[in-house]
Amino acid sequence: MEFRVKAKLVTSEDLRRIVTRLAHEIIERNRGINDLVIVGLLTRGAYLAHRIAKKIEEIEGKPVPTGDLDVTLYRDDFRTRLKQPDVQVTNIKFQIDEKNVMLVDDVLFTGRTVRAALDALMDFGRPNRIHLAVLVDRGHRELPIKADFVGKNIPTSIGEEVRVKLTEVDQEDCVYLVEAVEEEK
Amino acid sequence: MNQIKKLRHGGIKYQTANGKILIQDVHVIDPSQKLDARLNVIIENGKIGKIAQDMPQNFDGEIIAHKEAVLFPGLIDMHVHLREPGREDEETIESGALAAAAGGFTAVACMPNTDPAIETQEVVNFIKEEAQPLLVNVYPVAAITKRREGKELAPIAEMAEAGAVGISDDGTPLMNAEVMRRALEYAKMFDIPVLGHEEDSNLSRNRHMHEGFYSTKLGIPGIPSVSEEIMVARDIMLTEYTGGRFHVCHISTRKSIDLVRQAKIKGIPVSCEVTPHHFTLTDKAVESFDTNTKMNPPLRSADDLAAILDGLRDGTIDAIASDHAPHSIEEKEAEYIYAPFGITGLETAWGLIVSELLNKKIIGLKDVYRLCVVNPRKILNIPIPKIKEGELADLSLLDKQISWRLCDLPGYSRSKNTPFGERVLTGRPLAVINKGMIFRNV
Amino acid sequence: MNFKSGHLLGLEYVDNDDIELILKSTKSFREILDRPIKKVPTLQGKTVVNLFFEPSTRTRISFELAEKRLSADSVNFSTSTSSVKKGETLLDTARNIEAMKIDMVVIRHQSPGAAHFLALNLDANIINAGDGAHEHPTQALLDMVTIAEHHKSFKGLKVGIVGDIAHSRVALSNIHGLRKMGAKITLCGPATLIPREVERLGVDICYNIDDLIADVDVLNVLRIQLERQDSGFFPSLREYHQYFGITRERLEKATKPITIMHPGPINRGVEISSDVADSEHSVILNQVTNGVAVRMAILYLLAGGEHESN
Repeated sequence: MEFRVKAKLVTSEDLRRIVTRLAHEIIERNRGINDLVIVGLLTRGAYLAHRIAKKIEEIEGKPVPTGDLDVTLYRDDFRTRLKQPDVQVTNIKFQIDEKNVMLVDDVLFTGRTVRAALDALMDFGRPNRIHLAVLVDRGHRELPIKADFVGKNIPTSIGEEVRVKLTEVDQEDCVYLVEAVEEEK
Repeated sequence: MNQIKKLRHGGIKYQTANGKILIQDVHVIDPSQKLDARLNVIIENGKIGKIAQDMPQNFDGEIIAHKEAVLFPGLIDMHVHLREPGREDEETIESGALAAAAGGFTAVACMPNTDPAIETQEVVNFIKEEAQPLLVNVYPVAAITKRREGKELAPIAEMAEAGAVGISDDGTPLMNAEVMRRALEYAKMFDIPVLGHEEDSNLSRNRHMHEGFYSTKLGIPGIPSVSEEIMVARDIMLTEYTGGRFHVCHISTRKSIDLVRQAKIKGIPVSCEVTPHHFTLTDKAVESFDTNTKMNPPLRSADDLAAILDGLRDGTIDAIASDHAPHSIEEKEAEYIYAPFGITGLETAWGLIVSELLNKKIIGLKDVYRLCVVNPRKILNIPIPKIKEGELADLSLLDKQISWRLCDLPGYSRSKNTPFGERVLTGRPLAVINKGMIFRNV
Repeated sequence: MNFKSGHLLGLEYVDNDDIELILKSTKSFREILDRPIKKVPTLQGKTVVNLFFEPSTRTRISFELAEKRLSADSVNFSTSTSSVKKGETLLDTARNIEAMKIDMVVIRHQSPGAAHFLALNLDANIINAGDGAHEHPTQALLDMVTIAEHHKSFKGLKVGIVGDIAHSRVALSNIHGLRKMGAKITLCGPATLIPREVERLGVDICYNIDDLIADVDVLNVLRIQLERQDSGFFPSLREYHQYFGITRERLEKATKPITIMHPGPINRGVEISSDVADSEHSVILNQVTNGVAVRMAILYLLAGGEHESN
């Protein structure tokens, strides 16, 4: 399937500002950083989580425990997929009991990934509450899931996709809106 | 007109050849009559009539024409296991004889490891009686020792008189050299050969394939070549010492063949046979864990196969014999170490001879005559059929061209344990004629 | 990268990419074993039968734990309490169990090729947990995972395997797996227990354990079975220990630290002495933990999705 870039909706400058704003919003909602822990969904959600954590540390002068969560084993499409998706290594080195967990992902779409993340987190312990922060909310929810903190709302149609690029893995920092192109036969 | 003969166990398989049959324009091979040409052969009332280059005018009988066929005096498979008496579920004398006919043979020699074994005159007579109405001649081989236990000689004289053509404890090696010595001496009196299953059971116990790289890789305990070779060496020396005649069954290793070659040079009366599976497959075939690659002696290495081809070419190997060993599905459909040894061979032998030997130019048609018509009968002291006017018709008509697979046919053997079922073979037996009867493969 | 056939019958049949995939995936599953709740829902609704025709407590328990940690339903079948004693064939046993609608079979059997036999006759995914002296792929994989925890790369790594090589499925699977990853293998043991033409698998042979110890990074010590002494392969366990036993005195002559491994169970004082088995260089217990993780990875990789029919 080929994709064509329709627009660059978030530039690297925009991204930097969004991270700063999200960090402030999180601190504000949490009234500080006590009992706050951040868990990012592998892969890009985790990088974002670390950026947000770093910004929070800059602001508050204290580090926030941050971990990475792989939800492959909790997905609901296990039985219908043709190929086993590659699992990655979850890395959560702290307790989440009675903590305020900030779940971070790059794009919120159907909500199924977040559902899997909630199940996974429950196996790690019993948090006080779980909040969700996403860089982009593109709509089209299939489950009753909502984000508490949103970087940018980008309404999309079904043929379109939101592609987040982060320098930790990609060559740049930005967000593209792309659409599927029918291949010429 | 041709009448149809019914057989006692039911089924219509053979037709009488009492009318006139013309085998038209086929390659006829009988070196004893200096025949090696395209000829027309008439058969009348079960005897061979005119043999001529020209087509007979106004022939008023049945004509069998098949351009790519060869006509031999009847082929013989000197090593088959008919499971009657005892395991009629696996094979009977009748079904085995049918399988032989379908394989292009007019005669077989059957081994004594039945139940009861062919160790008394009664059993020899039973087999001969059962075989009497059949097209294929069945020659019983008697056991050497009582109950094939390898300890006391069986009543060999009685059995030879009743028609046994040789003695063998085949299936089990005769470990006691003293008993083998006595057997060779005793059999000398009746001029029947001792047919040896050469294996040292101490070296081969609880082992299931050839010992070598593949047995190592597959983790299956292997039977070393030397198990066969030391017994071949022993029995050649005993033959020289006693003056008897010895025949090595299903020879399988390079050194065994070398030993026989050297013995022949010294004039010791030793002969040997090889199976089609041994000139076709090697131990690599066991990688599939298919129990139809399990037999005794086992499939050997590529080097041993090369030695077998050399032995066929230079005449060290006297005969091709299938060691047809039918087994029931339940027995073979098991884990490798628990499955019994043995595969069928009568119906695939000719196809393998053509595909693996003739078409690969290892041997020619005259060698087939030697290996499948003459030598086995010389070893067993049986009269050799001739393609000559006035002789009883004992003939094998075999095609050399047709591609076919055994799995596409119903097959006549009661058992289906063969690794060659799905293999494309070249050359199909067309018909056999003997004892006033004709059998045709459909 | 996929287990196209849907089975794990041996490392001879697994290509390098798949071995790397398994080693990589095992890390994820290993992490689960350190969590307070050691369970993920991935294989929920899948049924796995452990068909053990040879007695084996630890391998069976290891598989059972792996299955349960993936939320699969796990069923055990062992011959001492079964219909096999009544004469039921392997094929009938397996078909009957399959008729109960199970998804995967883990089989351990005394005959080489038993796993192949099931793969040919059943629709379920088949995992070979040891077929006679042929292969024990999950053991070799957990050995490799354990080696990777202590060594940067397999390429050029010198691995010694000591003991009854001729009857060892662990040795054969290790040879296949390690060779594919570029390690250099030397086999060591009494000549009566080194199988014929094994060099054709690309390994070296050595009959002197001290020479081997002088030049090896990893030593995998195999169990010596009492039955081998009884069948005349060597005169006594005492003599075996004297000439091939891994003892502290022998290891002291090593030029570099050696990772000591053993598939278990250990015959203390025979192939390995207690102080070595319990030493800081022994990773034997890590092997056991990794065993559960590797088996989880295999079950995960085989269970999902479509497979080409064989």
